[in-house]
Amino acid sequence: MKSILKIMTLLFSASVLLSSCGNNNGKSSGNNSALNSSNAEKVYVAPGEYDEFYAFMSGGYSGNLTVYGLPSGRMFKEIPVFSQFPTTGYGYSEETKPMLNTSFGMVPWDDSHHPDISQTNGVLDGRWVFINGNNTPRIARISLKTFETEEIIEVPNSAGNHSSSFITENTEYVVAGTRFSVPVPQADLPINEYKGKFKGALSFISVDKETGRMGIKFQILMPGFNYDLSHPGRDKSHGWFFFTTYNTEEANSLLEVNASQNDKDFIAAINWKKIEEYVNNGGGTKMPANYAHNVYDEHTHTATSTMEKEVLTVNPADVPGAIYFLPTPKSPHGCDVTPTGEYIIGNGKLSADLTVHSFSKMLDAIENKKFDGDAYGIPILKYEDILAGVVKSGGLGPLHTEFDDKGNAYTTFFISSEVVKWKIGTWEVIDRKPTYYSVGHLMIPGGNSRKPFGKYVVAMNKITKDRYLPTGPELEHSAQLYDISGEKMELIYDFPTHGEPHYAAGIPADLIKGNSQKIYRLDENKHPYAITSPDQAKVTRNGNEVHISMAMIRSHFTPDNIEGVKVGDKVYFHITNHEQDFDVPHGFAMIGANNSELLIMPGQTKTLTWEPKQVGVWPFYCTDFCSALHQEMQGYVRVSPANSDIELSWSLDGE
Amino acid sequence: MKKVILSVFVLSLAVLVSCGDKTKKDSTEAPKEEEVVKEEVVEVDPMQNKGIGPITSVTLAAEVDQELAKKGAEVYKQMCSACHKAEKRFVGPAPKGILERRSPEWVMNMILNPEVMVKEDPIAKALLAEYLSPMSNQNLTEDQARAVLEYFRTL
Repeated sequence: MKSILKIMTLLFSASVLLSSCGNNNGKSSGNNSALNSSNAEKVYVAPGEYDEFYAFMSGGYSGNLTVYGLPSGRMFKEIPVFSQFPTTGYGYSEETKPMLNTSFGMVPWDDSHHPDISQTNGVLDGRWVFINGNNTPRIARISLKTFETEEIIEVPNSAGNHSSSFITENTEYVVAGTRFSVPVPQADLPINEYKGKFKGALSFISVDKETGRMGIKFQILMPGFNYDLSHPGRDKSHGWFFFTTYNTEEANSLLEVNASQNDKDFIAAINWKKIEEYVNNGGGTKMPANYAHNVYDEHTHTATSTMEKEVLTVNPADVPGAIYFLPTPKSPHGCDVTPTGEYIIGNGKLSADLTVHSFSKMLDAIENKKFDGDAYGIPILKYEDILAGVVKSGGLGPLHTEFDDKGNAYTTFFISSEVVKWKIGTWEVIDRKPTYYSVGHLMIPGGNSRKPFGKYVVAMNKITKDRYLPTGPELEHSAQLYDISGEKMELIYDFPTHGEPHYAAGIPADLIKGNSQKIYRLDENKHPYAITSPDQAKVTRNGNEVHISMAMIRSHFTPDNIEGVKVGDKVYFHITNHEQDFDVPHGFAMIGANNSELLIMPGQTKTLTWEPKQVGVWPFYCTDFCSALHQEMQGYVRVSPANSDIELSWSLDGE
Repeated sequence: MKKVILSVFVLSLAVLVSCGDKTKKDSTEAPKEEEVVKEEVVEVDPMQNKGIGPITSVTLAAEVDQELAKKGAEVYKQMCSACHKAEKRFVGPAPKGILERRSPEWVMNMILNPEVMVKEDPIAKALLAEYLSPMSNQNLTEDQARAVLEYFRTL
């Protein structure tokens, strides 16, 4: 007994040695596989070298999109999308306020969920990334040239824009489905009249091939279920779109019980090509609507918001043969389609098993009318006739599945905190690895396309607990990186992520890094208040509005002395950065301004408003340490009493 | 039993050793301190110094090309006038008479390749020490820089 104890002690000390060795390599993890020193090499990107992949992670309740490198897990940027961002002035500057306009007025925040990168022929093309705002339904398009939000379109008749924003394989459409059904059009109804009266709108938003410009082509008004997640068909199933549903019970209260009654809910299979043809031939009903369409122009550096007044709706009953329901057990959450387009996977979140439907069997069942009744006139296909297989995983709470390029699938299990690798076709489980903790989505670069890059999978967890040094009650969410190049997955890294990343989209860095814009050309600046040489600097008054057209370059403002401003004025600082070199932004901050700073890129113009409330001489300065003389980059505005008759004047160095 | 214990002990030692080895190796691989090179002070004729950059030879015609100079004046106004005034010191030096002090190649290289010039060219280094604000790279094309040079001839 004693000797066994000794052995145990020695074994323990050996493991301590091992892990301390791991710590010396800059890694700390309780997981044995992460102690392997070659894992450290796999994620080590030497100083000055680049990551192999970009990963665009949704910010969840931050409303934004973050950019990471893989495998290093380093965060490069937070791109403001649906939320005001004082770091750059997004949503505060006069130019970008319209980006956050909606039919409810300015909504300066949202809950961003599912980024998806544009594709051509089912392969990532790296032009844009789309993301949904869940709370006040919106879809945004972000340029992967400027890494800025270029467009946001509000989605009418929708509520809880969750089964979004997934794109078809030639980026014909970005699709947005509603999680919450609502009266369409909105109406003053007793809530308990939900059943039969509420509708679930699935919106197909067309994307212009050249400009990326979005427009709602049509909305399908589906029965009042909850449309949870979706994915496009691809390759052989291109032309179809699949949405998971829950609450087919149509409960309107205590859904955690009342929406879990049915043994099976549905995956809605939608032949969008058929519906597109129907609307192209004049089908559908134009319905009055009111939704914002906000577009940012990189030449005027300014966004405009237009209220659209009409939307084309489609009643499923009017296009027979376009929509079917695929019975799927246990309130399925994720709805994922294999790279070949043959299999549609329902991740039944209250189940242990995954349901895999076959696309070819589905077509056969449709042709031979193997129906099991209908729901609101939409045929329900016979479960047994479309089922390709069941993955008996042994895990609990399957949520999402992604794919590699070797015929394998990877599914997250929320309740049992693990990623399970299984074989497409045989449905056998090959490997399982724990996650830390309670994993939601996972991401393989290109995992939502015909061509995944199956080298890494990132697991995005909902619970962090003890993974990092504690930072009080609120923690960043943890992500784990697994090497999936071999038969077994290997946990190789663990890093915190900003906000609450739901989904992410990854892409080989080579596909976009060469297109990344360095500067905005001053001679292409079409901002109405831009000045392209410092001698154009001026200050003008229009009633109580004062417009200052100002230039900035290392390290001064032109002008930097301004007089004649009065209490009660509204001052517009229109500032143009005259640098034309990469990575020389300047900042602008005005004492007492009730908004934010501006961070202005080379060649760009931005506008901040300031309403001086007190007489005095008030300074402004550059916030971005721009040169050795950055501390000298400052200026003054003299503010006189409201009844003063001091004329406007401005100067730099007395001229 | 003893043997087993011994082998476990040896194993843990081996871990220790390999761990130690790695640390050692890392430290020897640390970058060498840069050798200190004493700079020789060489008196150069500024008119012979062509600077460092893409421009190796410029031929100036006897007559100023007025068309080109006009174009250069426009570029200068947009890209340079925030920091340079034609006839007086401002953030940077005045360009008036510059071709009496510098070679045309040096002027163009200073416009096109300022980051390298202020680090390596003796005259540009001295100017940075005097003016403190480094010359900005305004990303002019060679044609634009040539036009600005022609404009300087008119000052």
